[in-house]
Amino acid sequence: MTATTNVLPAGSPAPAFSLPVTANQRVSLADFKGQTVILAFYPADWSPVCGDQMALYNELIGEFRKHGAVLLGASVDGPWCHGAFAEARKLHFPLLSDFEPKGAVARSYGAYRKEEGTSERALFVIDGTGTIRWSYKSPIGVNPGADGILEALESMNGAQP
Amino acid sequence: MSGTLKPAVSDADHAVGPADAPITLVEYGDFQCAHCALAHHRITAIQERFGDRLRFVFRNFPLAEVHPEAFHAAEAAECVAAYAGSAAYWKMHDLLFEHQQDDLDALDDAHLAGYATEAGADAEQVSRALATDAFEEKVRTDFMSGVRSGVNGTPTFFINGVRHDGDWSTVATFAADLERAII
Repeated sequence: MTATTNVLPAGSPAPAFSLPVTANQRVSLADFKGQTVILAFYPADWSPVCGDQMALYNELIGEFRKHGAVLLGASVDGPWCHGAFAEARKLHFPLLSDFEPKGAVARSYGAYRKEEGTSERALFVIDGTGTIRWSYKSPIGVNPGADGILEALESMNGAQP
Repeated sequence: MSGTLKPAVSDADHAVGPADAPITLVEYGDFQCAHCALAHHRITAIQERFGDRLRFVFRNFPLAEVHPEAFHAAEAAECVAAYAGSAAYWKMHDLLFEHQQDDLDALDDAHLAGYATEAGADAEQVSRALATDAFEEKVRTDFMSGVRSGVNGTPTFFINGVRHDGDWSTVATFAADLERAII
């Protein structure tokens, strides 16, 4: 359940970022001040496991919203690639393009894989003050599901799981 | 993540096989998912091989954004179960997977009503249930139980309550994993 070796652990300040989601639109962590943010790094658009993971989260946007949380996906793919991926999979949440300088935001969260040049499959729940409240790194080939995210959101809101 | 089935199998589930079977295999599946249709064939073979040693349970996990007809298909199957009983439910379950790829409209509401009739249920009852979302809650409850249990895509299997992350695509490997659960 707890974060493994290198991703930023709960209690750390969430590094600020501002990344493109389309060719002419950017999203910053600061845009969501006062809101809970679920930041889901994944290795690449189109790879089967990522597709399933994002498809699952896509179904849960309403559930996340009940907890006052917004969902952001992030990978090193470019905005045009993200656009095609989001359209094909009918994704209804922003995909951030950590493309230039490549993986800089993933690196700042301790979620970059140098050998592959992609982000880890890493999840962060960030509260409205910009503090990481939960993080998790999944084995690269394993889809982490969403139960950990929901449990983290519930414990933040003081609700029973 | 946790990979433990929550809640455990109960009378509220669709189950086939003895309640005291040494192996309970639970699938979270989507009637419009092609992988689930493939898994359906594997499970049929597994059921033949294991006989009374296996209880199989199906829970709904429709990924409705990518499979726009999956939710209605699940509701239709629930309706068949509620009004025509367990045998009709399993017939409906099989029909949905067998016809899933017939055509682009193979799982539209008209076809769902048709499969329901073939399964022994009342087509009008199914059409009405779809129009009134009568079984939406049941399907949604299944879905969220899957999320809580660590379901991460379809199909996801649980063997005696523990998520199975191994290969299910060949009968031999799947059967070996099931055998291991008894030891």
